[in-house]
Amino acid sequence: MFAKTKMLLPAALLALSSGALMAQEKVKVGIMVTLSGPSAVLGQQARDGFNLAVKTLGGKLGGVDAEVIVVDDELKPDVAVGKVKGLLERDQVNFVVGPIFSNVLQAIHKPVIDSNAFLISPNAGTSNFAGAQCSPNFYVTSYQNDQNHEVLGKYAQDKGYKKLFLMAPNYQAGRDALAGVKRHFKGEIAAEVYTPLGQLDFSAELAQIAAAKPDALFTFMPGGMGVNLVRQYRQAGLADAIPFLSAFTVDESTLPAQKEAAVGFFGGANWAPDMKNPQSEAFVKAYEAAYNSVPGTYAMQAYDAAMLIDAAIRSAGGKLGDRNAIRAGLRKADFKSLRGNFKMGHNGYPIQDFYLVQAVPRPDGKFQTSIRQKIFENYVDVYAKDCKQPN
Amino acid sequence: MSMTLLYVQTLNGLQLGVLLFLIAAGLTLVFGVMDFINLAHGVQYMIGAYLAAMFTAMTGNFFLGLALALPSALAFGLLLEFLIFRHLYDRDHLDQVLATFGIILFLNQAVKVVWGAAPLSVPIPDALSGSIRLMDGLLYPVYRLAIIGSGLAIAVLLGILVSRTRIGMLVRAGASNAPMVSALGVDIGKLFMVVFGFGAMLAGFAGAMVAPILSVEPGMGDNLLILTFVVIVIGGIGSVRGAFIAAILVGLVDTLGRVFGPMLLRALMDPSAASQAGRALAPMLTYILMAAILFFRPAGLFPAKK
Repeated sequence: MFAKTKMLLPAALLALSSGALMAQEKVKVGIMVTLSGPSAVLGQQARDGFNLAVKTLGGKLGGVDAEVIVVDDELKPDVAVGKVKGLLERDQVNFVVGPIFSNVLQAIHKPVIDSNAFLISPNAGTSNFAGAQCSPNFYVTSYQNDQNHEVLGKYAQDKGYKKLFLMAPNYQAGRDALAGVKRHFKGEIAAEVYTPLGQLDFSAELAQIAAAKPDALFTFMPGGMGVNLVRQYRQAGLADAIPFLSAFTVDESTLPAQKEAAVGFFGGANWAPDMKNPQSEAFVKAYEAAYNSVPGTYAMQAYDAAMLIDAAIRSAGGKLGDRNAIRAGLRKADFKSLRGNFKMGHNGYPIQDFYLVQAVPRPDGKFQTSIRQKIFENYVDVYAKDCKQPN
Repeated sequence: MSMTLLYVQTLNGLQLGVLLFLIAAGLTLVFGVMDFINLAHGVQYMIGAYLAAMFTAMTGNFFLGLALALPSALAFGLLLEFLIFRHLYDRDHLDQVLATFGIILFLNQAVKVVWGAAPLSVPIPDALSGSIRLMDGLLYPVYRLAIIGSGLAIAVLLGILVSRTRIGMLVRAGASNAPMVSALGVDIGKLFMVVFGFGAMLAGFAGAMVAPILSVEPGMGDNLLILTFVVIVIGGIGSVRGAFIAAILVGLVDTLGRVFGPMLLRALMDPSAASQAGRALAPMLTYILMAAILFFRPAGLFPAKK
């Protein structure tokens, strides 16, 4: 009792001195995603997904009034660090939700986990923070980056493909992607082609693919590169001859530009808009009504991030100051994920199912991905064993 | 296999070369005649693509869209010249670089405001939507051949324009000695404007032509701009003929080097080392080419006579 008053007194003084008497009665969430540049659409989906969840919960998280502050990291790690410090020190947020891109995550991870806030990533999930550098203040509602690539490697292996052609942009994530595929695919690699980051004309590579005659192509071409590759792959007549396996290349963020060209192409994901469960069906309907576009995994994962925060605050009885209780709530992750099966691993990364998805046209003229088969069940990322946190 | 692959890749290289030429022709004239460094030339290419996408969506016909996009690109180029560039001609190169770089940043954001950040796509026109089978399993879109054809046609027209007409003569004279042309009673300001507008339109044409095969997105001209500068430096600043030959050369070296470089290396060393080295070497090839040419001909292949 005595200890409690001792702790409360400075807090009350602080609240009085800053003139924010009601500060503790509100949960503040800072959303940091990429909202400018060619990749802005990913950040928009995440922001909209999170806001939709807060709206669904009546403007509250865990029964406490919520204030959401959105900032743009501009896909620049240095800018992100400056802005995240603003969120932590000026706005005094309880949670930071972000970012979309792994290089930004590397930059903002330390400032946030060393503060009084928790970091919840709705997309980026790098290997280092899943393994040896795991932290009790960092949680991921998406996946470990390698996993979506592993889905296609496993699928190619199970399908009995003998020869794969691999292609990715020449940067860290591209090399990681091809390593992820090779973890499960044991057949022959026809060629491993690395293109300059930002290359838009793939005519030279398409001729190489046709000449190599692989059983399938695996590629990782996010954003505008993927839009171009998919259209040119179709134009070159390869789409009907050589199956197109990909990750982060054919999804709800690129399909509006790829349209018919992508129909039938495969991807790997932890969710698709046609996921069969009541909460997901309601989410897709509400999202489309509110934002007039098809939600992708970016929106889904941010929605789940809000639900995770909601569950954590609820399990702590609404006491935002009780960090241990909130942490236990985040670990327990007692909420209905839009993807159904969802558990939080001891490293703060999800344990979930992964699916092969395929791009399909919809009756309303839009396009979406559709679940074809389950590839992994209760899948734990390969780095979790290096995380020395208690279970 | 390797012979047909070579033919196909040569076509691909030719296509890149033709595109580079369309952009470089305007740039080399502006640089050569006006001694003006225009980093924002790549933006003209992007604007052309966006205009084509917009007008094609409006009219439902690519050729109509193209026909509307060209005068609009010209008008836009003239507007930029009138508002900004003409105040920079007398400034030194650093001021020009800074100002035109600012224009790149401004216009890249501006197209995002006007057309949105998501990439746009333009369907291939029906008349050119066919494809021919060049090698086993690979169809070559007729549209890509049309790009090569139209680019070559423009190269020929431009060659005639520059070497056989009065305005071409003035342009060549301007490239050699602008003050003298001015002293002879030619309105050099007007000549600059014509050259500038024409260059902007050619870049816009290149952008409009690639819109059906590439996605139209903010900053799409920035990558090409660097290669374009390599082209005009190799070709000799101010020379349209040099720009043409250099563009084809760079297009072929870039494409063939990227594909066959790693293959050749694989014959020489073990596969993983070859793919490592190839990854690093291929993007350097055009710059190695430029260094080699400048070593033997410091003013480029066909410098304008001073």
